[in-house]
This record gives sequence, C-alpha cells and structure tokens, in this order.
Amino acid sequence: MNEPNTPPTGWLETRLPIVSAFRREYVDFAMPRNLSYLWNFGAFATIALGLLIVSGIFLALNYTPSPTEAFSSIETIDRHVASGWLVRAIHMGGVSMLFVALYVHMARSLYYGSYKAPRELLWLTGLGLFILVMIAAFAGYILPWGQMSYWGATVVINALNAVPLIGPSLASWLLGGEGLGSVALHRIYVLHFVTAFSIIGVIVLHVAALHVTGSNNPTGIEPKTAEDVVPFHPYYTTKDGLGLCLFLMVYAALIFFAPDLLTLANNYAMANPLVTPGDITPEWYFAPFYAILRAVPSKLGGLLLSAGSLAVLFAVPWLDRSPIRSARYRPVLRWALLGLFLAFIALGVAGMHKPTGFWLGVSRLGVIYYYLYFLVLLPFLPRVEIPRSLPATLRGEGA
Amino acid sequence: MKRIFFPAFLAFLATGICKNAALADTPQQRGFQVYRQVCSTCHSLDQVRFADLSGIGLSVADIKAYAASRQVPDGVDDDGDPKTRPAHLSDLIGSPYPNEAMARMANHGDLPPDFSRLAMTEEGGAARIETILRSYAPKPADLVLPPGSYYNTAFAQNHIGMPPPLHDGQVKYVDGTAATLPQMAQDVSAYLDWVAHPHSMERTHIGLGVLAYLAVLTVLLAIMKRRVWKRVKGTGS
Repeated sequence: MNEPNTPPTGWLETRLPIVSAFRREYVDFAMPRNLSYLWNFGAFATIALGLLIVSGIFLALNYTPSPTEAFSSIETIDRHVASGWLVRAIHMGGVSMLFVALYVHMARSLYYGSYKAPRELLWLTGLGLFILVMIAAFAGYILPWGQMSYWGATVVINALNAVPLIGPSLASWLLGGEGLGSVALHRIYVLHFVTAFSIIGVIVLHVAALHVTGSNNPTGIEPKTAEDVVPFHPYYTTKDGLGLCLFLMVYAALIFFAPDLLTLANNYAMANPLVTPGDITPEWYFAPFYAILRAVPSKLGGLLLSAGSLAVLFAVPWLDRSPIRSARYRPVLRWALLGLFLAFIALGVAGMHKPTGFWLGVSRLGVIYYYLYFLVLLPFLPRVEIPRSLPATLRGEGA
Repeated sequence: MKRIFFPAFLAFLATGICKNAALADTPQQRGFQVYRQVCSTCHSLDQVRFADLSGIGLSVADIKAYAASRQVPDGVDDDGDPKTRPAHLSDLIGSPYPNEAMARMANHGDLPPDFSRLAMTEEGGAARIETILRSYAPKPADLVLPPGSYYNTAFAQNHIGMPPPLHDGQVKYVDGTAATLPQMAQDVSAYLDWVAHPHSMERTHIGLGVLAYLAVLTVLLAIMKRRVWKRVKGTGS
C-alpha cells in the first residue's frame, strides 16, 4: 500500500471533494492481488461504449431520420463527409467489440460466481446494462434503412405483436403511424440515443455498486489481510492499460482490415418493403437469441423462451445455492458451465443458419441445455457436488 | 520529423500516380471509360459525386468536362417548366433517366440496378460482375427463354434481363489498350469495386499506422507493467 496521504484541505475540497474521492476510488482503492486478464473486460466494455458515444454524436450530425433520406445520408457519411467512413467504421466495429467484451465479462462473472452475495446488485445492474445495450444496438441497426435494417425490424415488430394483451399496443406505440415508416424511424432514432445515454447512467450505478463490495477474484474468497490486496494504481492501471492496447489492436484490425466481416452486404441495398430478402439473418450478437426465438414452432412460445433466457439470468444469484463462488473449486459445475458456454455459442451459430434439419436440432438441444443449467444444475448441484478445498488467503495466487 | 516526412511521402506517391497516368491508365480509369460510354446509358450512380472520381486519379479538368456533359434538374423556369443545367463537381452522377418509372419503361419493366454498392451487394463481388459480363453466349436452338431476357451461363436459370452490353472494340481506350470484351469486363469490374469501396486504400494505410502505434505502445506498457508488478512479492510476473 502507498503511504497514507494527508487529507487535502483546499477550497474545492471543502465544497466538492472530487479530488479526494477520485484518489480514494481510483488510486488507493484496494484490489485483490490475483485478478486475471479476464478482469479487464469491464474496462474494455467501458472504452468501447465511450468510443460508440463519441463516434455516434458525429454520425448524428450528418444523419437524416426519414425513410427517403436515411439511406443516402449514410452513403454521404461514408463517401463525402471528411473521415466519415472512419467514424462510421469505429461506430459499427465498436458494437461488435462492445458485445464481445460484455459476453466475456458476463461469462467471467458466471464462472467465478461474481453474482453471489454481496454482489447481487452488481450483477443485476450489469444485466440491466446488457438489455439497454441490446435495445440500443437493435434500434441503431435500423437507422441506415438498408434491407436488413428494415426486415430485421419487421421480424422484431412481428414478435412484439405476438405478445398477448399488451403486444399490439406496444408495437403501435413504437411504430406510431401505419407500419414501419417515417414516424417509426424517427422514434427509433430517438430511442437509439436516449438508450445510449441512459447506459452511461446505469454504468455509474454499476461501478458504484462495485466500489461498495470491491472486486471478486479468481478464488472467490474475500481478501482478508493487507497482503491480499494492492492499490488500483499503479497495479491495475498498468494491467488494464496493457490489456486495453491489445483490445484496441483487435478493434483496429477489425475496422481497418476486415470491415465487411461483421456487416451484412445486404444492408447496402436500400430498404424495399416490397422485396423480402432470401433469408433474414441477425447480427452475430443477437444470433443466440434469434435461434431460441425460432427453436419452437410457436411464435409466442419462441418469444417466451427467448425473453425467458434473459429473465432467468436475473434470478441467478438466488438460483445458485452453493456457498462457494468460484467454479475453480466446484469440479462438476465447472464442466456444466463450460457446457453452457458451448451451448450458447452453438445457439449463435445456429441463429445464422436456416432453422431446418441439423441447425434446428442444434437450436433445440442448445435451448434445453441452457434452461437445464439455470433451472436444475445451478440450484440442485450443490446437494451432490463435493467441492475442492479453498485456499486460506490470496497470498501466492499468481497475478 | 513527421511533418517533413509526410508531405514528402505524399509527393512521392503523387509523382508515382502521375507517371503512371502518362504511360497507361489504371484498370479503374479504363473501367470508368467503359462505364461512361456504355453502362451509364442505363445504370445509375445515385450515391457518387463527380468530384469523387478524383479517387481513381482522374484530373480535375477531365472530371469537369465529364460533369459539364451531363444535365441535372435545376428547378423551374419563369413559366414554371422544369429546367436543367450542366452538372457541377458537387452533383451526384445519378441516373440517366429522369425518374424510376421512365427507367422501368425503357427496360421491359425492370429497373437497371444502381452501381453505387453493386460490387458489395452482388454475391461474389466484382469478380462475379466480371463473370456475368463474360458469360453471354449464343442461345442453344432448343431453349426457350422468357421474353426480354438473354442467354447467360453465369446464372442457374441461364438468362438475364440485360442485353449483352459489351462487344470487342466497343470503346477506344485512351491509353491504347486493346478493348477486347474480357479486358473491358475486367476493367469495369475494377471500377465498380472502387465505387463500392472508395476508401479501401486509405483504410489500409491508416490501419497500418494505427496498428504500428498500438504495437509500440503495447511493448512499452508490457515493460512498465512487469516493472510495477515486481514490487508485489510472490507473484509470477
């Protein structure tokens, strides 16, 4: 630990102690000494979101939310606005990088039990963020008004209409006039950036909750002595900084050398309500949920399963009955959880294919295992599982 | 150092391009010539401005001359009749037809696809466009095609709505290249590839710079991180 600092007593300090607060939370803040690089992904997500917001503001300056002009305003950004193509590439690549970071961040929480007491609110605010990001991403994808924008939105609005009782009102509230047109596009544009800015607010809650409980760590046991912790700066500023450089290199490789990898070429054709594309595929980050949506022959059933797959995550802190946090010391759960990650990835691949034959089978197995894990394995496994012995301290744990 | 280096680099690049231009046109420039003389009688470039053509190394004078040869709508005159004017550099190249209905009327009810992103939206990209242009053949005697369609082996159903657009010697290349059909097909697809990805060169250059910068930063941070973490006893790094 650093030497204790004498409290500052300046003019600002006595009125608004932001300097000492910053020092307390971001310089001296005690972190477990044994965090792996998986603990970098929260910072990655924050940086990706920051880049999305800044690039998004510059895109908004040049975008026109009307069905007749949206498509050509995007083309103008891409072709004629100075560095517009670069700003748009940062924005489009940023979405994928944000989802990568969020999925790894969530998987890490599941593996090391970061959702367990006293971190339930950390997990819940995180899930809230994930859902807001999904809404913002969905709304944002409609804005270029390409074929996939239009027909992807149509799929979701049809799904919304299938919700009993409130569905049709909700859909017409979103669409405004008749169908997906001028009024709807304007609303979706507003929804896109209102959601984006709300995310910042929820991040504040998420980080505040983190700074109350402190970070979990790979052993899942709480740090007990001063030997178990290191100050955030310089230890985790350098470690996050190094990870961030590597993250940005992947990001740069994506937007500069593989810009077409993550976008569907179809979306460079302007929306045409009269021509349905051969098959409507979602962006990769929605693919697992799209696979769940189409895994059963009932529209409402698919919707319930898909929404349920998110809803069940909110119950995870209470579904998991084991007092041990980290899957490292739970020999059975560890494999069950790796199975869940595989099932989720398989669902993602299935979501990019037509839901027939083999891929329909994969989707169904994936859905069954997904629910089996959360509703059966998580609550009942602790009764039969014999955990490995936990270490007494974090001392000697590698960093 | 960067300030001296960068203009020098640009100048080097520019002389390279100009020298090439004096000797021979690039495939994209020849492709533009085919577009201008053949394709643009039916196909539009709705999202591309005349000024954008500097991206394939055309001179400003050449682009101005091309723009001046095209008429664009210019509001109404004092009697309320629509009038036109020669295009400016900042105008969109646009469509040869005044509106979609007239484009369809002139093409058996079909709309000739816009070229702006065709090399992207067409599955197989520019190579696919070249294949289509080279795959016209005389129709087998026993085959009956739908009215207004032409035999083309690039399609599963063996026909396409577009009449064979290219034939040998159709254009006279400024640089003296023999305008054979395969040559023109190759050039025009190179041009369309550029039209669909106008910044791909710049994208690669900036990308290399960004990656090099981040690579150096990564090495520096890795060294710093190791030095900082040495202070914590009993850790691996």
